[in-house]
Amino acid sequence: MTSVRVAEILSAVWADSPDGSGLPTGLVHACAGALPISGVGLALMTEQGPAGTVAATDGAALELEELQFTLGEGPCVDASKTGRPVLQPDLASTAPGRWPAFASGALAAGVAAVFALPLRVGAIRVGVLDLYRASPGTLGPAELTEALSYADAATLLLLYLQTRASESEPLHALAVLDDRAEVHQATGVLSVQAGIGLAEAFVLLRARAYAENRPLGEVARDVMTGSLDLSDDRDDRDDRDDHS
Amino acid sequence: MAREQRLAEVFVELADTLVEEFDVVDFLQTLTERAVELVDTDAAGLMLDNQRGGLQLVAYTDESSRLLELFELQNQEGPCLDCFASGTIIPNIHLDGARTRWPVFAEAAMGLGFSTVHAVPLRLRRQVIGALNLFSIRPAALTDEHLAVVQGLADVATIGLLHERAVRDQVILAEQLQTALHSRILIEQAKGVLSARAGIGVAASFQVMRSHARRSGVSLTTVAEGVVAGFLGPADLQAADAVP
Repeated sequence: MTSVRVAEILSAVWADSPDGSGLPTGLVHACAGALPISGVGLALMTEQGPAGTVAATDGAALELEELQFTLGEGPCVDASKTGRPVLQPDLASTAPGRWPAFASGALAAGVAAVFALPLRVGAIRVGVLDLYRASPGTLGPAELTEALSYADAATLLLLYLQTRASESEPLHALAVLDDRAEVHQATGVLSVQAGIGLAEAFVLLRARAYAENRPLGEVARDVMTGSLDLSDDRDDRDDRDDHS
Repeated sequence: MAREQRLAEVFVELADTLVEEFDVVDFLQTLTERAVELVDTDAAGLMLDNQRGGLQLVAYTDESSRLLELFELQNQEGPCLDCFASGTIIPNIHLDGARTRWPVFAEAAMGLGFSTVHAVPLRLRRQVIGALNLFSIRPAALTDEHLAVVQGLADVATIGLLHERAVRDQVILAEQLQTALHSRILIEQAKGVLSARAGIGVAASFQVMRSHARRSGVSLTTVAEGVVAGFLGPADLQAADAVP
């Protein structure tokens, strides 16, 4: 996987917002600037369902998010529910039958195409990145690749913000996308060992690899063989929180 | 049993899998296992385009971390990448004679005891969406008939991925590929969770989840979701019966 591109995206976003406050806004603007689209929205999702808009590039993007949140229907709602990308290059022809209420609102707001990318790593689901365009048309293969890289970056960003990863670890330090099976297996093992969610285990594994300057796969292997128990890392972080 | 008869059975089995809402990873896993059986090879892996400039392993017959290392190495060089790039079948490669072409890959594969490798593209018209790789321990070449069977299975995999849907545009392909990749990650996470809960290996965890899916008539992905969410524990899955 091109974690290089994802790290680039996150580094650039981080450079513009070193205190972390503007990271989501920075990311949606960078995404909109990198692709032939009109705007981008970033919606958070919790286990209870959609949890509101985190950032939007403009009024139409915000309205797109709010509309679906209020109506409970639309491509982004489907993407977050099913975990599948929902790519709608021509809303006028496809949306009225599928999401009647959403379709009229979206078209009235000037949204002609929506590409809703679920932000997930297997069972870990954190939100949806919604790209919209004022005119219909599909994303080309290279554009889709770029959009998916932004979705990967947004996934890491939301995980970073949610798990309150330490300030000693810059955001892009977590941008190690290693899709070997054992990395995901180790995430599962660690979540049981440490009694934490998969999302936190996912971040913990990466933070450890970064802190020790070791490949992620190697840390994952150590977790799988039992030679490394990372549950203490979490205790350290809790202690640190207590003292702060 | 005559091979023709077995072949017919396998195609019926795969066709039976392709029902509404079928589980894409379970389907590809079955297909990969049958490929090994039908052409008398020893291991296989199926990789899909991750649409981020690389490939991701979605099904494999051997759980050992050694074989995964092999696939990892393939990400830098090897028949799979060449097959994916060219869209043509790369059959009967004797690793001993491939040291110049793929120095790292050939060495690693021979180190694992393999002597021959084959790579078959998953093609959707002119576009290549992945590759199926087969590995043999004995230095026996596959016959033309064998290769036709393997290509037939690869074509079934492609059809399965784009199941019943119009393949007219890239939209459907992107939705299906991304869903398959994340389903695989989800299953790996669940293997980790179950192995830590039940104190069994990841390979045994996979078999336990798969048997449970078959017994209860639900998809493998649904079982994996239940495991990571905590609804399905070792007792529910009869993990105690599994061989560690």
